[in-house]
Amino acid sequence: MILDLSKLFGRNKGSKTVAKERLKLVLIHDRANVSPQFLEMLKSEIIKVINNYIEIDQEALDIKLTRTQSDEGEGIVPALVANIPIKNIKNSGK
Amino acid sequence: MGEVIVITSGKGGVGKTTTTANIGTALSLKGKKVVLIDTDIGLRNLDVVMGLENRIVYDIVDVVEGYCRLKQALIKDKRFDGLYLLPAAQTRDKNSIKPNQMQELCNELKEEYDFVIIDCPAGIEQGFKNAIAGAEKAIVVTTPEVSAVRDADRIIGLLEANELRNPSIIVNRVRPDMVRRGDMMSIEDIIDILAIDLLGVVPDDEKIVVSTNRGEPAVTDPKSLAGKAYINIASRILGENVPIMNLESDEGFLPKLKKLFGLKTN
Repeated sequence: MILDLSKLFGRNKGSKTVAKERLKLVLIHDRANVSPQFLEMLKSEIIKVINNYIEIDQEALDIKLTRTQSDEGEGIVPALVANIPIKNIKNSGK
Repeated sequence: MGEVIVITSGKGGVGKTTTTANIGTALSLKGKKVVLIDTDIGLRNLDVVMGLENRIVYDIVDVVEGYCRLKQALIKDKRFDGLYLLPAAQTRDKNSIKPNQMQELCNELKEEYDFVIIDCPAGIEQGFKNAIAGAEKAIVVTTPEVSAVRDADRIIGLLEANELRNPSIIVNRVRPDMVRRGDMMSIEDIIDILAIDLLGVVPDDEKIVVSTNRGEPAVTDPKSLAGKAYINIASRILGENVPIMNLESDEGFLPKLKKLFGLKTN
């Protein structure tokens, strides 16, 4: 129900929020000079390493550049965020 | 010794030339000796915006190539005391001038003028490099659109890489009605994203089209809100502490009516 309502009134929010979010993301990539190819390379390397210990859902793995609040309180800083769904932990280390 | 200021943006069509013409005219109205330089070689337009297109004899390329003296190429604007234009060449290309020639030119001009204001071409190639070569200060023009702000961010990076630190920004063509209903990024949004000093806010104004049609800068029209905004910007360049124009007073009939009935409009 709540979802329906937000959809119904979603248009009233205005397009500026969308503009701001898109702009922020595009600037992260512009400023860091990071290409999609670079992210793909990084992604395949990460999969390779993690796969040695944990069985992960490679299809669902999502890696992106975003912005986050700095721990030192110096405002917003770029961050690499990876969402890695685990299928099964290989307990070979035990 | 005068000051050399470059007006730049990255993206085309955001109002660099209009900004150059109006800031320059406003500064001359305040008693300063000003020269405007059009560096958009091959696509000159500052001459038509200023209404001086019929008075061009020599241009900037003629000067750097030594076909004429600098004084001969400067067009005196008879309407405004102390205002001059150095037009770009129309039938040449950006490579006709080199950055060091531009530097020499600016050094010579600032001996005699209080302000040398350079209208930069769009883009980040040779024309941009020439335009910023002789500048000591940079003003970035943008509009509240994703594409224009993105390009402004890139330009700010390039200016800083070229030792033009702390540029300031003018946000042009702001529509207060659209900002109010959340369909346009606000000044705060843009400043927050770009992390840059705000020099001025210019509202979207039909009178700019009229003034460009006539070749008379909007600062001469007391009814033009954009013209008033440019006068304020000129004052800030001169170090005066003028508050940013409150565009909320420019609201239309409906918000006024709503206010009358005590309804919140923002």
